[in-house]
Amino acid sequence: MSEALVEIDDLKVHFPIKSGLLFDRTVGYVYAVDGVSLKVKRGETYGLVGESGCGKSTLGRGLLRLVEPTSGGITFDGTDVRSLKGEEMRLFRRRIQMVFQDPLSSLDPRQSVESLLVEGLKAHGLHKDKADVQKRLKSTLDSVGLPASALNKYPHEFSGGQRQRIGIARALVLGPELIVADEPVSALDVSIQAQVVNLLGDLQESLGLTYLVIAHDLAVVRHISDTIGVMYLGSLVEEADGDQLYERPLHPYTRALMSAVPVPDPQVEDRRERILLAGDLPSPANPPTGCRFHTRCPWAQPTRCADERPQLRVFDDSGQRVACHYAEEILSGELKMHEVRAEIVRPDSDTAPDVGAELIQTRTDLPAP
Amino acid sequence: MPLLDVRDLSVVFQRKGAKPFTAVDGVNFTVEPGQTVGLVGESGCGKSVTSLAIMGLLPRRGNKVSGEVRFEDTDLLKLRPQELRDRRGRDIGMIFQDPLSSLNPVLPLGLQVAEVLERHQGRTRQAALREARNLLDAVGIPDPTRRLKEFPHQLSGGMRQRALIAIALACKPRLLIADEPTTALDVTIQAQILTLLKQLVEESGTALVMITHDLGVVAGLCDTVNVLYAGKVVERAERHDLFAEPRHPYTHGLLQSVPRLDVDRGGRLHQIRGSVSDNIPWPEGCAFAPRCDRVNDACIGETVPLEPTFRGGALRCTNPVPQEVPA
Repeated sequence: MSEALVEIDDLKVHFPIKSGLLFDRTVGYVYAVDGVSLKVKRGETYGLVGESGCGKSTLGRGLLRLVEPTSGGITFDGTDVRSLKGEEMRLFRRRIQMVFQDPLSSLDPRQSVESLLVEGLKAHGLHKDKADVQKRLKSTLDSVGLPASALNKYPHEFSGGQRQRIGIARALVLGPELIVADEPVSALDVSIQAQVVNLLGDLQESLGLTYLVIAHDLAVVRHISDTIGVMYLGSLVEEADGDQLYERPLHPYTRALMSAVPVPDPQVEDRRERILLAGDLPSPANPPTGCRFHTRCPWAQPTRCADERPQLRVFDDSGQRVACHYAEEILSGELKMHEVRAEIVRPDSDTAPDVGAELIQTRTDLPAP
Repeated sequence: MPLLDVRDLSVVFQRKGAKPFTAVDGVNFTVEPGQTVGLVGESGCGKSVTSLAIMGLLPRRGNKVSGEVRFEDTDLLKLRPQELRDRRGRDIGMIFQDPLSSLNPVLPLGLQVAEVLERHQGRTRQAALREARNLLDAVGIPDPTRRLKEFPHQLSGGMRQRALIAIALACKPRLLIADEPTTALDVTIQAQILTLLKQLVEESGTALVMITHDLGVVAGLCDTVNVLYAGKVVERAERHDLFAEPRHPYTHGLLQSVPRLDVDRGGRLHQIRGSVSDNIPWPEGCAFAPRCDRVNDACIGETVPLEPTFRGGALRCTNPVPQEVPA
């Protein structure tokens, strides 16, 4: 099962920034997704990680054309998704379903669970046979671990974990091939999170589903994903098999991200090396030139990193892909970390970062506390 | 003598026509000067209400707070509002979860930091603003002189949280309470803030009460950890002991259910069945009993007491996870 179910080729989603009272004038673009290419194999889980604002959710929405991509290609099981029109696209969505982050706000509070689930069936004309519908609803609820009595209840009557199960049931009821799960567990408590993570695994096993899981929690993603893609400011900076990525992170951003994730073990925490990144994520409306990460990268080299945008390239036989000019030198230890000065970053600003602002120094070589 | 001694703290919310709801049920813990103490638990376990009760920030109506909160030799719960206001911000600082909603959106940052200094140290506006600049500098905000005149919306989430830390530490309090200070932030920013907190606390000798749901944060920061479940402390231990050998089935289950970055992609996660029930049935036994794998007859019927363990911690369980016998 190694054929690609989904192929995304150089996908770009740019949002225009409008201004002006009478006439809408486009004054710039937010480069939310800026040239991402990836393949999701049938039956696997592809995990997409990144911090808020890196474009991971937009990528997921772009895949379903919930936001219209600016350019690039999406192929799903041989079908060119971007060429589908109106009704074709609507019917096609049956094959790709989405699970959202916040189970309470993504479920209509005035609809019973039954009506929530039937709505999708109606949209695809599958509601005609009453007995069949009932059977379908019950088996779906059963597969997500909810009792059949849940059908007559409303979302507020359930706990957070159960609501997320309803969200999953709603996606499953149409029998999709791909489920795009946007932060499926981040709103849940730890003990409930484990239940939902296990449920997703069980469903994949029994139904042969393919997942695209979008999350900011690297530990969760590592637990459930076969392949992990790391995003930074609209582009994929590294992609590898989950264990490989943990064993040998190549991109400086991946390294920093991994070192920042707290591990619930004091002995590990006391010993580990931390790479503290200076400053904040730059604005996607005004991304840095060259490598998007060079403003915060402790390994950044003069000129090339700022001038030339590194392409995602295959690093070696393992199939690990990385977008860094100096991945080899960093891995071999030839390049040493240096101090990075933090630049002030304005939230929601479309202007350049303060040039000439007084800069602070952040220690990147902080010894393990 | 401990700096903060919370004894038998309970908070009961009452509403007309509804059953009283016990959010915090007899919580005990102490904080020594310079120590970092963690309060960990899932949502609804009463960790935030505990911190609000300590600071006297709960609404005056609709709740009943009982017990004692001794800060040095005064009981904070018995102070008059005026006396409490003199101490808040001077002796005890607090950092909240969401930096945007805890900063005033219409006041420039400098004024918000200076306000604390004017109120508690009687400084003039000029002197306070000068000090505010130094404080912003100390928490790592670039170009502090310009930031003084800026508004919270002009700063990123991480910078806002730094500003909030500057306000909390302005008067060099002896105790700092941080309620989920990094939950709203991204991991790389979280690492920055945690490192900053650790550094500041070490430099100034401030005691820290860290309230969080993230076991990873606790593992790296706290000396002693209190695990809360349904309004009660169920386990207390030194952090190395707690993570190496959790005794309470809840702590044990919780630690096993966290997916870990440094463990290979495994099959299933351990899961704790069910979810926290709304009405806390502590009087009828252990509130965790319905979800517990080690439940026995002694767990149901009467409240399980919090007993000290020989390692200096405490445990509320009749059938704890067995300890490995040291060879």
